[in-house]
Amino acid sequence: MKRSSATRSAVAVAVTLLVLTACGGSDAGDTAATGSVAPSTAAITLVTYGSFPTADTSLNAALQSFTARTGIGVTIVQAGDAGTMVSKAVLTAGNPEGDVMWGVDNTLLSRAVDGGIFEPYTSPELSAIDPGLTALVPGGEVTPVDFGDVCINFDIAWFADRGIEPPATLDDLIDPTYADLLVVENPASSSPGLAFLLATIAQYGPDGWQDYWAALRDNGVQVVDSWDSAYYEQFSGSSGKGPRPLVVSYASSPPAEVIYADPPRTDAPTASMDASCFRQVEFAGVLRGTDHEAEARLLVDFLAGAEFQQEVALNLFVWPARTDVTLPPEFTTYASVVADPLTVAPADIAANREAWVDAWTDTVLR
Amino acid sequence: MGRRVDRHRPALIDAPPRWLRPALLVVSVAFLALFYAWPVGTLLAQVADRSAISKVFGREALRQVVWFTCWQAVVSTAATLVVGLGPAYLLARWGFPGRRLLVAVVTVPFLLPTVVVGAAFSALLPDAWLGTASAVIIAHVFFNVAVVVRLVGTVWSQLPPDLVHAARTLGATPWQATREVTLPLLRPSITAAAMITFLFTFTSFGVVQILGGPAHATIEVEIARRATQLGDVGGAAVLSVLQLLILALLLVVAGRTRRSTEVPLRRVERLRPRTVRTRLGVTAAVVATAALMAAPLVALVTSSLRPGGQWSLTAWRTLGNDRGVRPGAALGVDPLASIATSLRFAVVATVISVVVGALASLAIAGARRRGRLLDVGVMLPLGTSAVTIGFGMLITFDHAPVDWRGAWWLVPLGHSLVAVPFVVRAVLPVLRARPEAWLDAAATLGASPLRRWWEIDVRLIRRPLVTGAGFAAAISLGEFGATTFLTRTGNETLPIAIGRLLGRAGDIPRAQASALSVVLAAVTVAVLIAVDAVGDSGRDRSGSR
Repeated sequence: MKRSSATRSAVAVAVTLLVLTACGGSDAGDTAATGSVAPSTAAITLVTYGSFPTADTSLNAALQSFTARTGIGVTIVQAGDAGTMVSKAVLTAGNPEGDVMWGVDNTLLSRAVDGGIFEPYTSPELSAIDPGLTALVPGGEVTPVDFGDVCINFDIAWFADRGIEPPATLDDLIDPTYADLLVVENPASSSPGLAFLLATIAQYGPDGWQDYWAALRDNGVQVVDSWDSAYYEQFSGSSGKGPRPLVVSYASSPPAEVIYADPPRTDAPTASMDASCFRQVEFAGVLRGTDHEAEARLLVDFLAGAEFQQEVALNLFVWPARTDVTLPPEFTTYASVVADPLTVAPADIAANREAWVDAWTDTVLR
Repeated sequence: MGRRVDRHRPALIDAPPRWLRPALLVVSVAFLALFYAWPVGTLLAQVADRSAISKVFGREALRQVVWFTCWQAVVSTAATLVVGLGPAYLLARWGFPGRRLLVAVVTVPFLLPTVVVGAAFSALLPDAWLGTASAVIIAHVFFNVAVVVRLVGTVWSQLPPDLVHAARTLGATPWQATREVTLPLLRPSITAAAMITFLFTFTSFGVVQILGGPAHATIEVEIARRATQLGDVGGAAVLSVLQLLILALLLVVAGRTRRSTEVPLRRVERLRPRTVRTRLGVTAAVVATAALMAAPLVALVTSSLRPGGQWSLTAWRTLGNDRGVRPGAALGVDPLASIATSLRFAVVATVISVVVGALASLAIAGARRRGRLLDVGVMLPLGTSAVTIGFGMLITFDHAPVDWRGAWWLVPLGHSLVAVPFVVRAVLPVLRARPEAWLDAAATLGASPLRRWWEIDVRLIRRPLVTGAGFAAAISLGEFGATTFLTRTGNETLPIAIGRLLGRAGDIPRAQASALSVVLAAVTVAVLIAVDAVGDSGRDRSGSR
């Protein structure tokens, strides 16, 4: 009895010590990560979405070199997913949580701009950025920093084994050949799901898209709530080895399947269907109400600059908005930039989003 | 039987001493007012206008959502109680090697992020069940069995067995003895477990999203969707109020039907299976419980070891230095740092929850009407959408002297808002079961009011406080929803790191997410065992005095 009580106390002490040392260790790490160089320099805050890495990647190393060069420390604040981030920013417009925001996309842009969260700023780096992207922000509120395409991905081996051609157009998906093969995300809860809905609206117009979805439904489309259940549980081309060979994912998923393959591989197991792609563009901007406007502008310049843009592909799995950046070989070998992606104007998305999602729910789920 | 079974509210003349009661009340009331009522009130005042109300109530789908929310919560709670009492009995009354480990294993599903267990679960369930209400209910039972095991088990393990013995001597069958003696005595703790389970399933988010499929939505799911996907924070806030009103109504009803049953709880030696029959029975029960509760864990371990469909250690090997996956392609998830952050947050959240929960419980037990109000008050955060609390804090703590947005401690504080109700529900049944005669005896022996209160009530709640502390630590370690709605500066907790990995395509991120989930489960089991050990050693010491 006595002995076991001694053991318990020893365990308790050990755990306490572990916790204490762990705390000490992480505190030291925090200071290093936020990179406060000297106490006298200004520090600004970059508000971003939850999948933006906060430490240990080349993206963070680039931010540290910005600090080293300018003396401006950068703290990264994660405000949840992109939708949550914009909702929060609209609530706090004028008294923002930080100085610069990274990651508002074209499906959220109008809501953000109408909410008055940005201080317009035209960066000198804008000249190096794809003019097609810049055209999305005629008011100059934000600067395009990256883009990615949401596309149908297919499992190459599945179609090869059966001698079936993979679908090439959105029309193919309602062909009985491809019955019961596609899994999509619910646009009410998932951003790639919304992007694919927008792709069909862009393709078939505001009057035709519901008929298309009714046909998809009759052809056995499966709807799940999130990208990870679609990709990992239902899609046959991922490590989850699900039952369906067609999924709504990203144009950058095939390169990711190669980069993160285990065992390593030199060919992509999946590919994306170019005719189904909806373009998502992400922007960065100065938050209205910042106390450090000059520093915030410098940071936007840096985020749109070549050094940082060089790093976005492998860290965020998107394409840089700059046209003068060399892409990593995986991005050129296993994916290509879709020449003519489907798109809907940000203002139309903001105005119709809820109605479209409701109509989609009535068509597909009820 | 010679014991008083008092059907009236205990008079509680002088425990705690009259002068101390306001002090006990002040701390918990101030905590709730500052970190719950103020932020939520501020948000409502700012966004919930008439147009938001008419927009929400104008939707035809709303009635369906409210109905599904209530229906699945009632069914899930009933099923959880039925399923949970067996393991609760086994773990409370029987001693066997590895008991404490099994208690921890039973708790694991409760705290693993639902994204993670949900995925493992959907792999285990037959495909035809996915997207059905049954899948949601089965998962809810599975997640919340821990609540019954811990809350009911704490009381059950201290219930004097001589009452049952007496009933049996008087000719009662084992079933009669259970129904007529044990269950009524356990009722306060069963009610507590039912309330918590109900609150959890009523506000269920992850399970419904993952397993319920797109056709099923709870109010909580609808709130998050409005606030984040549609940017309709006003509509979300209105729905939050609706959710709260329904819950408050149910809590008041539950509070009215709750009766305290007095029975002195004391330390009871656990039974040892000695005969062949009891040994076989206990072994079978242990194996069955362990197998059921550990199934998703086994699935997680397997998926961490089979990244590309072949056995491989890559995910574990690259977990510590993910710079090694491929040059330039880091995942930016530092598992060691997130373990440290999670542990640090868990310590802070546990300390806050235990202090606030203990003071609130003592205050509730000591006060009368105001006590009932506070009792409902501490439960409210559990029934309030995380979006509402998170957004409320954001716009409330945005100016000096309360400029706390982005302060690291808001995250563990948010965890403790969720955990305090568990501490209170663990402690109150024990306090309410304390016979008044003990106070009278102490008074007769000349103890001062303060001393009586300290030696009886405060000592009495040590054991249930340990149960509560275990819950608080587990909740903090596994919390995902509220954490995502609070703003964070770096400081990723384990569930957040897992969530980030799950958002990436490729074999390795997926396997790493599983590996990190296994780490989370292991850390939690270790913490729970340590908390239990501390509690037991404390009890040994006080017992020897």
